Amino acid sequence: MHDTAIIGEGRGANGEGRSAGGDHRSGEGRSTSGEGRSANGEGRRLDIEEIRRDFPILGTTVYGYPLVYLDNAATTQKPLAVLTAMDEYYKTINANVHRGVHYLSQRATDACEASRVTVADFINARHAYEVIFTRGTTESINLIAACFGKKFLQEGDSILVSGMEHHSNIVPWQMICEEKKATLKVIPIDENGELILGGLDAMLKSGVKLVAFNYVSNALGTINPAKEIIAAAHRYGIPVLLDAAQAIQHMEVDVQDLDVDFLAFSSHKLYGPTGIGILYGKEEWLNQLPPYQGGGEMIKTVTFEKTTYNDLPFKFEAGTPDMAGMIGLGAAVRYVQELGLANIQHAENELMTYALDVLREIKGFRLIGNGDAEHRAGVISFLVGNIHPFDMGEILDQQGIAVRTGHHCAQPIMDRYCIPGTVRASLAVYNTPAEMDRLAAGIRKAVTLLG
Amino acid sequence: MTIQESQDEIIGDFEVFGDWMDKYEHIIQLGKELPIIDSQYKTEDNLIKGCQSKVWLHAEYRDGKLYFTADSDAAITKGLVSMVIQVLSGHTPEQITNSEIYFIDAIGLRNHLSSTRSNGLLSMLKQIKLYALAYQAKSLQSKS
Ligand SMILES: Cc1ncc(COP(=O)(O)O)c(C=O)c1O
Repeated sequence: MHDTAIIGEGRGANGEGRSAGGDHRSGEGRSTSGEGRSANGEGRRLDIEEIRRDFPILGTTVYGYPLVYLDNAATTQKPLAVLTAMDEYYKTINANVHRGVHYLSQRATDACEASRVTVADFINARHAYEVIFTRGTTESINLIAACFGKKFLQEGDSILVSGMEHHSNIVPWQMICEEKKATLKVIPIDENGELILGGLDAMLKSGVKLVAFNYVSNALGTINPAKEIIAAAHRYGIPVLLDAAQAIQHMEVDVQDLDVDFLAFSSHKLYGPTGIGILYGKEEWLNQLPPYQGGGEMIKTVTFEKTTYNDLPFKFEAGTPDMAGMIGLGAAVRYVQELGLANIQHAENELMTYALDVLREIKGFRLIGNGDAEHRAGVISFLVGNIHPFDMGEILDQQGIAVRTGHHCAQPIMDRYCIPGTVRASLAVYNTPAEMDRLAAGIRKAVTLLG
Repeated sequence: MTIQESQDEIIGDFEVFGDWMDKYEHIIQLGKELPIIDSQYKTEDNLIKGCQSKVWLHAEYRDGKLYFTADSDAAITKGLVSMVIQVLSGHTPEQITNSEIYFIDAIGLRNHLSSTRSNGLLSMLKQIKLYALAYQAKSLQSKS
């Protein structure tokens, strides 16, 4: 029933979009998600087996074993609702947006803008135009690093990041700091994989112009106290960019409640298509920043003497956007809203607790980071005995179990722990306790071979 | 044994294994037979790039032939390295540069090796051939 409801919704929304885009945007889109929240928002137990049927790829066989996909932090699989929405877009309303007077262009524009509204609603942005479509988290961070840096960063200033960042939340800041002769400062982490916040105030006082950190660590799974850090930064009038790439799919993210200034995430980690992501920015900040790239869409008037820039959000969306991606992302967000993030979080927490329980029974199992299931999301980063993560990953792969191995684009963390890398099993809503058993059995087999 | 003969021998050894577990067990066992690099050569310079695991490789030129020693921090990698060295060590630079390495495909590992793994293996083969080329050039120089 639930299954058909989702797919039905997805199709309905599409059909709706086809016949009356305006409705879809304000009426249908909103009420759908609203309904999802009120009807399913609280305490509904998700039927994981039904959810799995929404994801065709989960039926894949690998070397003769049913696939156990535990590399969700790298990218999640896509439900039919997303695949169908993108397919329908190309089949029925494909046209360039925001510029055509013709019917299809209007339809495409309406559908894309409806997705913007869906995303704004999802993260509780005050205005839809505070939601900028980018290529993903990486581009969102680069955009702020470049534009904020250009406008506000001067010699001797600093940018503050944390010691558990993904390279994409380190390197863009290093680049702009180098250009502006500014410095990059780092909030240290402890053995438990938690930020050490004792020295935060002192750091903030020392010329920090912006704070950037991840809500949830992709290498450790730690949930950082975002609200607390944001409030601290704001006491000194310092804006904050939150990398929500590993949070947005696991927990409710409310930009107004967090009072965050900039927020970045990728569609492909949220059950949506690749190649598209979001930058949220508070209107007052975005309006102060210069444009990122020049081109079509982002201008109001162009002469060879002077160009005036378009308003938000288009000022930051130069060129033809990824229309199918926008629509796919909209469908992914609606899918997640249907399930309800609170329900997803509940299910994933239960699964995390179960997984940690079965994994801890393995001799030599060593969890990297915080062992408390409530303080982590999505990611189980571990080592077993002296087995190299690469060996472990390969033997798991032989058994149809997909995990990631290595430094997870967070080399500084591995250095912090003096390890070559970890094995990372990362969860999504469609993973099951039976798959955790397969993981544990797979690890045991690897231990027999390698131990 | 020629390079070709060593390869054929490895291929023959693998033919008896039915399932992947046995294959891996054998590879890991071969890793234990790897001529280990002297610790003085375990330097940054001798580290091969392109592997998720670390591989150190050292070449020694004696009586017109090249001998390799190596090590890795990962067991499966060590086994693969061991096979490559078993095949190529103790041959002249010329034989090594002219050799064609086909045993990796033939033992049916290619499908199983992750692309990072086979990239690592390829960079090691490349490195070995570079050593061989360098010594070949040197010996040509000294002859002329
Ligand atoms: C915490 C974090 N930040 C940023 C990124 C980069 O995301 P993308 O590659 O989609 O731009 C990732 C993806 O691995 C991530 O986990």
